[in-house]
Amino acid sequence: MSAAPVPPVSPPLASPGPGVVYTETVVFAAPEQFVAEAPYQLAIISLDSGHRLTGRIHGNRVAIGDRVAFLEFRNGIPFFQAASK
Amino acid sequence: MRPVAVIGIGKTAFGAFPDRDLRSLAVEAGQKCLADAHVNPSQIEAFYLGNFAGPSFVGQNHLAPYIAGAMGINGVPCTRFEAACASSGSAFFHAVSAVGAGLYDLVLVDGVEKMTSQTTPKVTEILAGAGDTAGEVRAGATFPALFAMIARRHMFQYGTTREQMAAVAVKNHANGAKNPQAHMRKVITMEQALAGKPIAEPLTVYDCSLISDGAAAVLIAPLERASEFTGKPAKILGIAQTSDQVALDQKEDITVLRAVAAAAQKAYKMAGVKPEDIQFAEVHDCFTIAEILATEDLGFVKKGEGGPYALSGSTCLQGDRPINTSGGLKAKGHPVGATGTGQICDVVMQLRGDAGERQIPRHSLGLAENLGGSGATAVVTILGAA
Repeated sequence: MSAAPVPPVSPPLASPGPGVVYTETVVFAAPEQFVAEAPYQLAIISLDSGHRLTGRIHGNRVAIGDRVAFLEFRNGIPFFQAASK
Repeated sequence: MRPVAVIGIGKTAFGAFPDRDLRSLAVEAGQKCLADAHVNPSQIEAFYLGNFAGPSFVGQNHLAPYIAGAMGINGVPCTRFEAACASSGSAFFHAVSAVGAGLYDLVLVDGVEKMTSQTTPKVTEILAGAGDTAGEVRAGATFPALFAMIARRHMFQYGTTREQMAAVAVKNHANGAKNPQAHMRKVITMEQALAGKPIAEPLTVYDCSLISDGAAAVLIAPLERASEFTGKPAKILGIAQTSDQVALDQKEDITVLRAVAAAAQKAYKMAGVKPEDIQFAEVHDCFTIAEILATEDLGFVKKGEGGPYALSGSTCLQGDRPINTSGGLKAKGHPVGATGTGQICDVVMQLRGDAGERQIPRHSLGLAENLGGSGATAVVTILGAA
């Protein structure tokens, strides 16, 4: 029996690397475990590696098309920030 | 497949009912449906239930026989279907497939959700379980956030505006105000809709559907037997269920509900009709942007033209193709497991000419579009007056 194809998952990399904001939102009504952190900016990043990844934005707000750099994982959540110009 | 018809419908009101439990809602809808077709529980050959998260919302599992037994339906297959907000659409699709294949004649499809006994943050968390909990949800995505990101991208690619989205809310509230079974019977203005409290930018509270309790049931039978039970059967002309990736970040173009487009193509082909033939539709407006996407992906307008279409008046009760005459999920309410069967009930009411104050003049060919998650399940059904 052949192995099932691996589903396309977000890459669990040590560093996702930089990318471009594909879309974003600022969440005001948070789920129970994130209520204390709201409002927070959430974005889908088109990584330079070719994958897309959903993460949080640290610091200044970003918009679609902005370049972002990977900052760090916090509790398994990838955080990005606006790339310095 | 042999032709199948809807021979009975039954719904509870949708709303916040602190004194009602999940089972009593599902039983009320089921009993109204059986009474509508003058059918006894003992005649039911299978019971298909749509429910998203009864175990999380109210702590009850094994829901299908739990509800069927309370209705007097015993000794037959009783099965629960879970496909997020398309749970009862999926139950309906599989029931139609079984009757169409000749497995059974009389099948009752019920849908139910009891949501309002939990706090809004807890409901938000349970609903988020319909997303990818290893990715987007872990990062803090809610369903409003996922559709907000779809809206942002649609605005970026096609110039869609907040006014166009708000027009969906204004219309659906106007329709809901005419529906005695709607959760929110309140007309709103464009100014109110635009000034709503932010939920996930650019969506405000007026762009979001409601957290509701409710149930809706549909009874189906082979078309050749329909006249034994009703003078106004609704023929199921086309039906399809399709799927896509669960995670929004795994979809190539998030402005397209690919599963909806695929299900619509299949349903149109089966029915032998074109999008322009559809006279009215109940579409899955869990968020205002979702109605805009649905009108595009069902082929009513081209991709990118859903925003101007929403503002054009074409989709109002008096328009040339009314959409969500019930008030939609926005105003009628969205007890998620009841939404798919609820849409079928609403289309059938229009087909029968029984929609009261919101009855539209051209009502012989209608469509229902039920969506699960951010588009991972879609069910499209085309119904005609038989």
